[in-house]
Amino acid sequence: MSYFAKSLAASFVVASIAAAPVLAQEMHPVTGETLADEQTFTYSLMDDPTSLDPQIIEDVSGSAFARDLFEGLMNQDADGNLIPGVATGFTTNDDKTVYTFTLRDNAMWSDGRQVTAHDFVYAWRRAADPETGSPYSWFMDIMSIAGVGDVLSGDASPDTLGVRAIDDLTFEVTLTASLPYFASMTTHATTFPTPSWVIEEFGIEWMRPENFVGNGAYVLTEYIPGETSTRERSTSYWNNEATIIDKVVTLNIADENTAHTRYLAGELDLGTVPTGQYLRLKAEYPDETKSYPRLCTYYYSLNMGENGPESLKDVRVRQALSFAVDRSIITENILQAGQIPAFTFTPGATAGFEVPEVAFGMMSQDERNAKAKELLADAGYGADNPLELELLYNTSEGHKNIATAIVQMWKETLGINVTLANMEWKTFLQTKGDGNYDIGRAGWCGDYNEASTFLDLVSTNSGYNDSKYSNAEVDALLQSAKTMDDASANYTRIEEIVATDMPLIPVYHYTGVGMFKPSLKGWPFNNVEGNWYSRDLYKIVP
Amino acid sequence: MLNYVIKRVGLAIPTMLILIVFSFLLMHSAPGGPFTSERPLPPQVLANIEAKYGLNQPLWRQIINYIWGILTEFDLGPSFRYKDRTVNDIIEQGFPITIKYGGWAFIFAVGIGVPLGIIAAVRQNTWIDYFAVGFSIGAAVLPNFVMAPLLVIVFTLWLGWLPGGGWNGGDFQHMVMPVIALSTSYMASIARITRSSMLEVLNSNFIRTARAKGLPEHVVILRHALKPAMLPMISYLGPAFVGIITGSFIIDLYFGTGGIGIHFVNAALNRDYSVIMGLTVLVGSLTIAFNLIVDLIYAWIDPKIRY
Repeated sequence: MSYFAKSLAASFVVASIAAAPVLAQEMHPVTGETLADEQTFTYSLMDDPTSLDPQIIEDVSGSAFARDLFEGLMNQDADGNLIPGVATGFTTNDDKTVYTFTLRDNAMWSDGRQVTAHDFVYAWRRAADPETGSPYSWFMDIMSIAGVGDVLSGDASPDTLGVRAIDDLTFEVTLTASLPYFASMTTHATTFPTPSWVIEEFGIEWMRPENFVGNGAYVLTEYIPGETSTRERSTSYWNNEATIIDKVVTLNIADENTAHTRYLAGELDLGTVPTGQYLRLKAEYPDETKSYPRLCTYYYSLNMGENGPESLKDVRVRQALSFAVDRSIITENILQAGQIPAFTFTPGATAGFEVPEVAFGMMSQDERNAKAKELLADAGYGADNPLELELLYNTSEGHKNIATAIVQMWKETLGINVTLANMEWKTFLQTKGDGNYDIGRAGWCGDYNEASTFLDLVSTNSGYNDSKYSNAEVDALLQSAKTMDDASANYTRIEEIVATDMPLIPVYHYTGVGMFKPSLKGWPFNNVEGNWYSRDLYKIVP
Repeated sequence: MLNYVIKRVGLAIPTMLILIVFSFLLMHSAPGGPFTSERPLPPQVLANIEAKYGLNQPLWRQIINYIWGILTEFDLGPSFRYKDRTVNDIIEQGFPITIKYGGWAFIFAVGIGVPLGIIAAVRQNTWIDYFAVGFSIGAAVLPNFVMAPLLVIVFTLWLGWLPGGGWNGGDFQHMVMPVIALSTSYMASIARITRSSMLEVLNSNFIRTARAKGLPEHVVILRHALKPAMLPMISYLGPAFVGIITGSFIIDLYFGTGGIGIHFVNAALNRDYSVIMGLTVLVGSLTIAFNLIVDLIYAWIDPKIRY
């Protein structure tokens, strides 16, 4: 090539590079921001989801896949409010025991079939069917769907479940109890429709990219367990026009520090904040490092059951232990990522829940400490009758730091000796589940955005009530709350009782932390359940 | 020779059976199970799941079913954790990956470790010997869980030369860091073992005789000293080879290669019984096979050994 031709070619290349962004420049339809040319969202996973099958999914990362690949009756917006999904709306009977959802007529499966009420009937029966063996079949139970108990126990066929398709576009659910928040539970992956014809043809391999059929904004185009996955926008999704992100990629990075390094190297749009590094990263990357409230509580359960120590059966001891925990030291000096000191079990971020002003939460820490000493002395413990307890936690640096601090507080304020015991995860769960512990670490995240998802844990019959706490008034309040339009008075009362009976020590309410590339927009920080939909995200030219 | 091989293969069968039964019992004796979770499943739900996976049967029956499944259709069962996949799927997908990076790491480790050890022994107490010894110690004190994140910081974050992880079908760029991180400590051990056994051989009488006959040094080393010096090396390499091709937890953890190495630790933590068993069967049978191969190589190298 002659010099002239070369420079001509070169200038042509330069011109086309310069022209490209101008040609492709698009604006966000609402905010007017300039959208980036490449709309690929990449984030990391600690581990593969245990399943990608909506009815079987049990983890947070799997649910994120499900919200992209499928769409349930209802969705959530960026603030966690309920918005239409496949259903355009719903009606209920007077006592809220029958919900009737009207489905949109333009919702399509990725193989071109229409999404009908029959697909929901199939999926919901499948979730409850013992043959499916879904670890989340209990979700159908807490949804109080008529007949679910007998289906789960195998005494009745899944066909008897209280769901039916009145016609192709009308889906009706009958409940055994009146649940005012029932519709919000249909944003959960367990309730998403699944294609019966694909599942019947391919069995457990139906979610493989080559077999996959979904009704979400994305389809699964690549899945290499342990390494990577790709989902790409679905042209058959009814609202595809509003989708901006074209491609969502996950990379498996099991180590949080490596994930952070790779975020800094530009491989990820969403990065982790390694434990204990929030403050440093916030100072170094103030625009990228974020902390946002989550619907989770970190607490210690106090074993009041038959295997538990005598001392913890005394309410004064339980109160003393809780009072003497200086929560602000935990949140401000140890965790340092905006966590909220907890005096109630339910986080304030829960919808329709006002954090009640429980008495001990109103005191200063000095007052609490003084009161704690008094209570413990009243209970008959002191230098001549020292209280000895064991604190059980699962092996982790983070839990250890908190446990060490709290044990020290108890020693300094109350003069009691609490020994630390740590166990590997499954051993810990088994030991705690068997009730062979004194004080046990625990954490709980809401399954739906309503206070009962927390407070059910203190009801006598809850399988998660590790404290073995039982209070007839609490049980009655929870029971009556189920049928109320506004149960906040009941929840406030329960929290007050819990703050007195103290079956558990609330320590702090979680925050989520993460690093977000400045180009990534639309992240729903105000959705306290952490439910994000890739179709709501977009990337701008930073 | 053939008789010997047949005898060894015959012995391998009871060995595998004992391994399976023993691992099975050991695994079930650990507290908790695959479906123990932070939110305990309601008894009915747990019963349904246990029935689905056959965990409601007595242990002896589960063991027999398991062995029967392997013998009749080579079926290692479903994974209890990854519910869309079977153990066969997991091994089929991950084992080729670990064989690939593990195989290269092995070649790398032997290809550099052995010559380094020989040269260090032959040039004992020179700078090259000190370098080899220094390198061995350095590699031993810099374990791969330190090396892996360091490599990512240097090559991905600072230099931007290599992707920080992933596999991408095993292309060159994605293999560099896993192979370096995995091979270094093996390389160091190989160099150390080669050096010390070479030194021992070089001080033996038949080498003195060979030198006294006036043979050139390279003939002394390559023809007379090398073979006997390799014997301790070979017995190290058999099990090492199995260990290296079945991958590494650390490598899979830091580089997200998708290999089976990560399951060795995670399956145990998750009580994913079938995956633990599947990996045990895989590593067990490979170990038995490679020990046999090592013994056969012994006979070939050392004429004193007869089967």
